[in-house]
Amino acid sequence: MNPFSSGTRLSDMIRAIRASKTAAEERAVVRKECAAIRASINENDQDYRHRDLAKLMFIHMLGYPTHFGQMECLKLIASPGFPEKRIGYLGLMLLLDERQEVLMLVTNSLKQDLNHTNQYIVGLALCALGNICSAEMARDLAPEVERLLQFRDPNIRKKAALCAIRIIRKVPDLSENFINPGAALLKEKHHGVLITGVHLCTEICNVSSEALEYFRKKCTEGLVKTLRDIANSPYSPEYDVAGIMDPFLHIRLLRLLRVLGQGDADASDCMNDILAQVASKTESNKNAGNAILYECVQTIMSIEENGGLRVLAINILGKFLSNRDNNIRYVALNMLMRALTVDSQAVQRHRATILECVKDSDASIQKRALELIYLLVNENNVKPLAKELIEYLEVSEQDFKGDLAAKICSIVEKFAPEKIWYIDQMLKVLSEAGTYVKEDVWHALIVVITNAPHLHGYTVRALYRALHTSCEQETLVRVAIWCIGEYADLLVNNSGMLDLEDPITVTESDAVDVIEIAIKHHTSDVTTKAMALIALLKISSRFPSCSERVKSIIGQNKGSFVLELQQRSMEFSSVIQKHQNIRSTLLERMPVLDEATFSGRRAGSLPPSVSNSGKSSLSIPNGVAKAAAAPLVDLLDLSSDDTPASTSSGDNFLQDLLGVDITQPSARPGMQPSQAGADILLDLLSIGTPSPVQNGSTNGDLLSMQDSNDPIASMDTIASTSPTAPSSMMDLLDGFSPTPPKNEDKGPAYPSIVAFESSSLKIEFNFTKQPGNPQTTDIVANFTNLSPNVYTDFLFQAAVPKFLQLHLDPASSNSLPANGSIKQTMRVTNSQQGKKPIVMRMRVGYKINGKDVLEEGQINNFPRGL
Amino acid sequence: MIGCFGRRYDMLDNIHFVLLVSRQGKVRLTKWYSPYAQKERSKVIRELSGVILNRGPKLCNFVEWRGYKVVYKRYASLYFCMCIDQEDNELEVLEIIHHYVEILDRYFGSVCELDLIFNFHKAYYILDELLIAGELQESSKKTVARIISAQDQLVEVAKEEASSISNIIAQATK
Repeated sequence: MNPFSSGTRLSDMIRAIRASKTAAEERAVVRKECAAIRASINENDQDYRHRDLAKLMFIHMLGYPTHFGQMECLKLIASPGFPEKRIGYLGLMLLLDERQEVLMLVTNSLKQDLNHTNQYIVGLALCALGNICSAEMARDLAPEVERLLQFRDPNIRKKAALCAIRIIRKVPDLSENFINPGAALLKEKHHGVLITGVHLCTEICNVSSEALEYFRKKCTEGLVKTLRDIANSPYSPEYDVAGIMDPFLHIRLLRLLRVLGQGDADASDCMNDILAQVASKTESNKNAGNAILYECVQTIMSIEENGGLRVLAINILGKFLSNRDNNIRYVALNMLMRALTVDSQAVQRHRATILECVKDSDASIQKRALELIYLLVNENNVKPLAKELIEYLEVSEQDFKGDLAAKICSIVEKFAPEKIWYIDQMLKVLSEAGTYVKEDVWHALIVVITNAPHLHGYTVRALYRALHTSCEQETLVRVAIWCIGEYADLLVNNSGMLDLEDPITVTESDAVDVIEIAIKHHTSDVTTKAMALIALLKISSRFPSCSERVKSIIGQNKGSFVLELQQRSMEFSSVIQKHQNIRSTLLERMPVLDEATFSGRRAGSLPPSVSNSGKSSLSIPNGVAKAAAAPLVDLLDLSSDDTPASTSSGDNFLQDLLGVDITQPSARPGMQPSQAGADILLDLLSIGTPSPVQNGSTNGDLLSMQDSNDPIASMDTIASTSPTAPSSMMDLLDGFSPTPPKNEDKGPAYPSIVAFESSSLKIEFNFTKQPGNPQTTDIVANFTNLSPNVYTDFLFQAAVPKFLQLHLDPASSNSLPANGSIKQTMRVTNSQQGKKPIVMRMRVGYKINGKDVLEEGQINNFPRGL
Repeated sequence: MIGCFGRRYDMLDNIHFVLLVSRQGKVRLTKWYSPYAQKERSKVIRELSGVILNRGPKLCNFVEWRGYKVVYKRYASLYFCMCIDQEDNELEVLEIIHHYVEILDRYFGSVCELDLIFNFHKAYYILDELLIAGELQESSKKTVARIISAQDQLVEVAKEEASSISNIIAQATK
């Protein structure tokens, strides 16, 4: 163009880039071009600004940084000519997004261009506004867009309508301004304007229920008529797609009708006929026709009940499902999922076909089908469906195994008719796809196993067998190790044999063998190895004959670089070596974990929606939650790769195991979930043997006494009766820094809590235990007035559940001076002490200047074990 | 989609972005209708081209990705991809892609990848006449063609004017 031009032309640059043989060469070309463009920008060269920006856009597409060109866009937009503006707006949309501050500078130019006399320039401005407008711009420019909705040229009207959609999305409050102009667009004949107008109205209905009412009343009939005209119109080459008149308009009309008909019987009634016509007359041999049918089915399903139409819609989906085109099958699965809420029976009829789709070669279809099958499972069909799915698990693609395994576990867990079936299915899944099974799933399996005492033997033997064939499956190995550790005796004696079982001969050393293999296996991670160490320790007490061998295996990890393993190895070795006499008590079988509590905790930490499809996902409680893992991890003390909090519980393992809490009371705020996990362990291990309290002087007694569940207090007792106890304690801890004796003398180890706090009142509780009476706690309540007013007629009332007994002493005063405090003592006796924590409801009444004030609350944050 | 039928349609179908990638994974066009930071954009492109280019020929044209759906279709060496929400009409988006391809074809006269490389800005202009804010604005190919050619005309006129002025200047300075 310009004979004096310097630098390369756009096409030359593209050619040079394409000619580059290596990435380095390409980078060199781009670098050179960028340097030239920067120079030209610095010279403020007007003639080449246009071309520079075009080059920059190309460079941008290749993924190179181009921010230095942003201001050039603004300059081009501000220049008077159409070509400059055209490329300037294109650059603006490509190089910037709505979050960049630079964008604010363009508002003024946009405003001018929206009022330009050249309609194509107005069109450019509308396009840019519609694509990148921010909330501020939306507010500033909404009046312009509103005016342009009535512009004489349809090209501008349709663009303005889409801009209005963007504006409403950014600032829903502005939708009011667009109701009337939007309604006017519905009467248009021009397809582009009608399409965008219908869309605008749909969007308005979504943000404003008044607008929805308005459109419902004024426009439903008109829209039905428009749809009928379109559906019945003769062939028109301009809008024809595969023999169908403007499918895009069809679809948008159906969508607006859906919004209008949903929840309104009259409006739904009004559109029944035309929906029936579209559903039955639309050609289904081409994609365009199917797109309309798909939309129509969706509308029929959404509007108010009309049996006949629903049948028609479900039939269409049935036809879709048997279509050979993968796209059609995919949308059918998608749609059936939504139809499930409307008519689950009809969807159940297609179960067999859907199950076939799970085995499709197309990953998208597989995924859809699996989600759908998952929703179709119920108590009646769980057995055959789970069988099919597990069989497929064996042959499925690696990528799909994770999803599939998670879904099977969830189904099995949810609908298992009996425990043995559940355990069997889980073992199959773990053997096939154990590496894909999430933590919480196998934790849940362990909880179920512990709760089924008659199946302990069966399970441990089945796991032992499975271990031989699938030793690569991490989670299977973990569950097996855990069970062998707990139930090794049942494995060896074949006890609790079920009729359906084949007998199996396992010697004591075989049991140790499998665990040794697991601990040395290259696929085993720290958690597995740590679990294996525990299992070995337990076996050493079950099978004294293997004790020496176990000791040597455990000893091999003394030099482990992993702190967790090293520590366990050291500690366990000393348990085996030095403390024969307490070992068996120490390594009792784990007490039964309460299933209800566990599942409650699991459910509590379950995210509301599981599948990661974001906002549009079906909210399915499929039980594959990640967060839920923590409590049981603590419980099993598998701290290796978890949160720092639970690692600390690992460090405390031996202390907890022995029920000696040497951490400072203040460091234990009581109810933190991770800490609570460690506490459970403490509870489980220390009160496992509810033997009567004895003031014996042997170490064994020391441990069996822990049913008081007040470790420090009982240690006090020990300290007083047996002077050697503290030193043997330290010995036991094998190098742990001993607690200063005076700390022990202090007695109560329960931290104070803030039971209640409002803007005007704070209640703190301090706890003391009476020695020798673990069930009873003395509580001193401290009421503090946080306001500058005097409280008179102060009365504190409390209520507790039946398993608690409460005795309230009178308060130290019945009036609370400003910023002052009073005390009140109460005594709580917990008959379920150690099993259930104290809870309390409270009510406080007082008067400020003669005016009654009442405050109520529930206190749940009592320290554990009170 | 909590019971899709019971819910208000908070987000209607909205194409979040349009992506054209070649079979070799080269980006030929990107258009973002939802805000994505630059870094995020290149990550999205990398991820998606990885998934889509690896899919076999007979599979369905939909890929589920990060809770969205990507509808793609291959024309010769180019993959046309559009990202939509879960509950949108995938079949319609396929039609929109085809609609766009037909308009390109008409404009360039049996379009090929090279046309879209050297005239990438034209491909953008056409897309802008087809979609705004991720929504379809025109169902008539003829109308789009007419508006594009009217704007090309405006550019031509401006060019001629510029060159005649520069000729005059050249003459005058001789």
